[in-house]
Formats: sequence, structure tokens, C-alpha cells
Amino acid sequence: MNNILNILEKLGASARSSLSGLGSCARLFLLTMIYSSDSFKRFNLTIKEIYFTGVLSLVIIIVSAFFVGMVLGLQGYYTLEKYGSSEAIGVLVALALVRELGPVVTALLFAGRAGTAITAEIGLMKTTEQLSAMEMMAVSPIARIVAPRFWAGMISMPILATIFSMVGILGGYFIAVLIIGVDDGAFWSQMQANVDFHNDIVDGAIKSIVFGFACTLIALYQGLVAPPTAEGVSRATTKTVVISSLSVLGLDFVLTSFMFV
Amino acid sequence: MDENLISINNLSFGYGKELLHKDINMQFNRGKVSAIMGGSGCGKTTILRLIGGQLKPNSGNVTVDGKVVHEQGREGLRNIRRKMGMLFQHGALFTDLSVYENVAFPMREHTDLPENVIKDLVLLKLNAVGLRGAHKKMPAELSGGMARRVALARAISLDPDIIMYDEPFAGLDPISMAVICDLIRSLNDALGATSIIVTHDVAETFSFADYIYFLADGGVAAEGSPKQLLASKLPFVKQFIHSEKDGPVPFHAEAPSYQSDLSL
Repeated sequence: MNNILNILEKLGASARSSLSGLGSCARLFLLTMIYSSDSFKRFNLTIKEIYFTGVLSLVIIIVSAFFVGMVLGLQGYYTLEKYGSSEAIGVLVALALVRELGPVVTALLFAGRAGTAITAEIGLMKTTEQLSAMEMMAVSPIARIVAPRFWAGMISMPILATIFSMVGILGGYFIAVLIIGVDDGAFWSQMQANVDFHNDIVDGAIKSIVFGFACTLIALYQGLVAPPTAEGVSRATTKTVVISSLSVLGLDFVLTSFMFV
Repeated sequence: MDENLISINNLSFGYGKELLHKDINMQFNRGKVSAIMGGSGCGKTTILRLIGGQLKPNSGNVTVDGKVVHEQGREGLRNIRRKMGMLFQHGALFTDLSVYENVAFPMREHTDLPENVIKDLVLLKLNAVGLRGAHKKMPAELSGGMARRVALARAISLDPDIIMYDEPFAGLDPISMAVICDLIRSLNDALGATSIIVTHDVAETFSFADYIYFLADGGVAAEGSPKQLLASKLPFVKQFIHSEKDGPVPFHAEAPSYQSDLSL
């Protein structure tokens, strides 16, 4: 009986702490919105962060996208060929990338590369009292540190996802058309005929914005609440990747069920 | 004008249920260098954070220039903090900014001064701490003592009325320590500021402070000028000043008997 009570107690405590974390995260978002106008006055801070989170993520995004596109091209071709419709490979690659893989894989890579960097940086700033020092100088760390990183993530993520889809399609084209020999015209024309701007491209872009929001906010929050120790920062960094990845996959299911069903 | 710039009135504060400070009272006079001393973990730094409004007291209050700190809104707190400069224990320099940019940071945030004026002011402040020649360096290239001096230049960049120092001598070599001591006194007098130093270095503090508070057991154990405290007969003060390892502050942490722990 005691064991069951203990388990229930732990379950309750963890549910309560998750809920309070969610509440704090929402509060952080509201504060970020309030202080955003201050940070927009010096947009160069956001531009600097776009460089760190967006531009420096380009290499991993482009390389991954090309390989994902090539794998899609190969797998798609072998399956479609059985049904004699290998010309539809362009549609398959484009839809898979634009609707799902573009936003989702980009978000996972973004959480791993930019999210962890944000958490570690803010966590270490807290550990070395830089955030306290800023506060004592009457400068809000939310306006100076959090808001520029938040907007940089929100701006970078959809652009990175778009680049991912574009490069992925080129990867698919490289395998299907240049290597296997599927008809060039059929590849592009089928894609043009079957990929809808509003239903596919815009919905994919909405997904990437939502994922960008989730990944950036989680990374910022974990950095701010990280205990000011080496172990605390390392745990917070790990949490950023785990929570962001699970949130992206969960949100993807929810968004897909609303958008494409 | 009130003689006390900062007043701590019947203040109690604790992080959990246990109180770290119980009903303490302190006054910091204008233009003076005051020190808060006490053993590690007695809540000295917490006092600075309460003055700066980073923590809220459980009861009582801190007033700065007559204004209750924890009752201030965003703008009120901002105005109070603009009058303060704080030197953190490890400097807390922004590691992504150069020495020059670190000192320029408060000016860029709070003033619309043109770049040439900012440049002159930054070099002036760095010159005051003897590091004008290091303005192009990054914080990672500085020694501990140099970083502390740059942080001091940053703390005084807007000519604050109040300068707070959190353990300014910790981990410094004797030369750097003497330099910092000298700077604290000379900056206080040159700027007409009020300084509060949190420290446990007896010799240095007694050599230049005007007034000293000793914290122990959650309260003010003793207070007075260095001369008065040196003559004090209080066992705690004597133990602290003469670095005696045992006394009212025990050498051993609270524990069951030695025999029972060793199963004898």
C-alpha cells in the first residue's frame, strides 16, 4: 500500500512540476513579448543572433537535406517503379519534404545545434553572474539576451526549413534524374501539378514557425532555469534536446492531423 | 538631506523556511566606505542583492534614498539601480564583449552619448583603474586581478552614487589586492559615492573602511569603526579579527559524537 502511495506521490509531484514549468515557460514568453519592443530598437542584436543560430546552421542543414533527398529519391524510386509510376518520384520527394521532413528534421537539427548553444550560453552567463550584473545595471536580461535570441530563432527556423526542402528536392533530383535516369520533364511537371501552394507549402511553413517557436522557447527557458553549476548547465543542455525533440514530434502529429486530414 | 543613503530596517530574509537574516538593522552613511564582514555563508552577498532589489525580504525593508526598494515597480527599480554600481566576486564581465565594450555597455544602454564622448569616457574610466592599455583585450585574456579592475571600471562608468563590492579581494595576489584597496578608497572619495564592501579579509578592510558590520547567526553581531572593533572584547569579533580557529564559531560542523560515528 505504501509503495502505491509513494508511486502516486512521485507521479503527482512530477505532474505538478511539469505544469509549473509550463507556466513559467508561458510567463517567459509573455515577458519576452513585453520586452521585444526594447530589443527591436537595436535590431543589430537580433541580426547577430540570426547569424549564430541561422547562418552557422546552414552547413548541417544543407548537407543533411541533400542526403535525406537522395535517400527519398532512392527509396521512392524502387517502390514507385513496382507500380510503373516512377515519374511520380518528383511529387513524392517534394511532398515528403515540404509537408513533413523539411520542418521536422530541420527542427530536430535546429534543437541539436542552435538550441543547445542557446541553453549552454545562457546557463553559463547565469553561472558567471553576467545576467545578475546586467540586472544590477538596470538592463533587463530579457530585453538584451532573451528577446533577440527568441526572434532570431523565429526568423531563422522557417528559412532553414525552406532551404532544407529545396536542397532535399535537389538531392532527390540528383539520384532520380541524374543517376537513375527518370525523365527530367516528368520529375518537375508532376511536382508542379501536384504540390499545392496553400495546402502544402504554406502548411509546411506554418509547421516550421510553430517548431521554431517551441525549440527556441524551450532552449531559452532551460538556459534561464539551469542550476548555476557545471552539472546543472550540462543537464539543461540535454533537457533542451530531449524536450525540444519530443515537442516537435508531438506538435507535428497534432498539426498534421489538423492540416492534412 | 538624510545622512543615511541606505537603510536596512528590521529585515528578515530566508531562501526556504529557515531565515538567513533575522530582524537586522544597518545604516550606510553618505560618502563613507562601509564593510559587511562575517564567515562564509552568513548572508553577506544576500544583503547586497536585497539592496539591489534582486531579492525581496520576508519582512522589514531596505530603503535607498528614502525609497523602499522592494515596493518599486519596473521603472522605480530601474531608477534606483541606475544610481548603483556593483562589482561582482568574479567580475562578471560579458565574455563576448571586449574590455572597451564592457565598460561602454552601461553608457550605450542608458545614454545617447555620441561615440567620441563614449570613447573618451571609457578610456578615462579604464585609466582610473590603470588598464587603459588593455582596452582592446577580451575578458579571457585578462588575469583575475585585471578582470576585477575592468569590472570596477564598468561599475563606475555612469558615476554611481552607490558602489557595492562583493568579495573584491577574493583570490587576488597581494599586489592586486593593494591596488583594489587603494582604488576603492580613492574612487569613493573622488566620486563622492557611498561604498559597501562585502568581505572577510580583515587586514585590508580594517585599513580603509569607515564603518564595519559583523554578521553572525542571522544578525548583526557587532558594529563600529575599525578602531572600536579592534578594541572590542566580544568573543566573536576577537575570534574573527585574530583568525582563531575555534571559539564562538566552532571548528567542527554540528555532528553526532565522534565515538558513535566511529562505532567505538
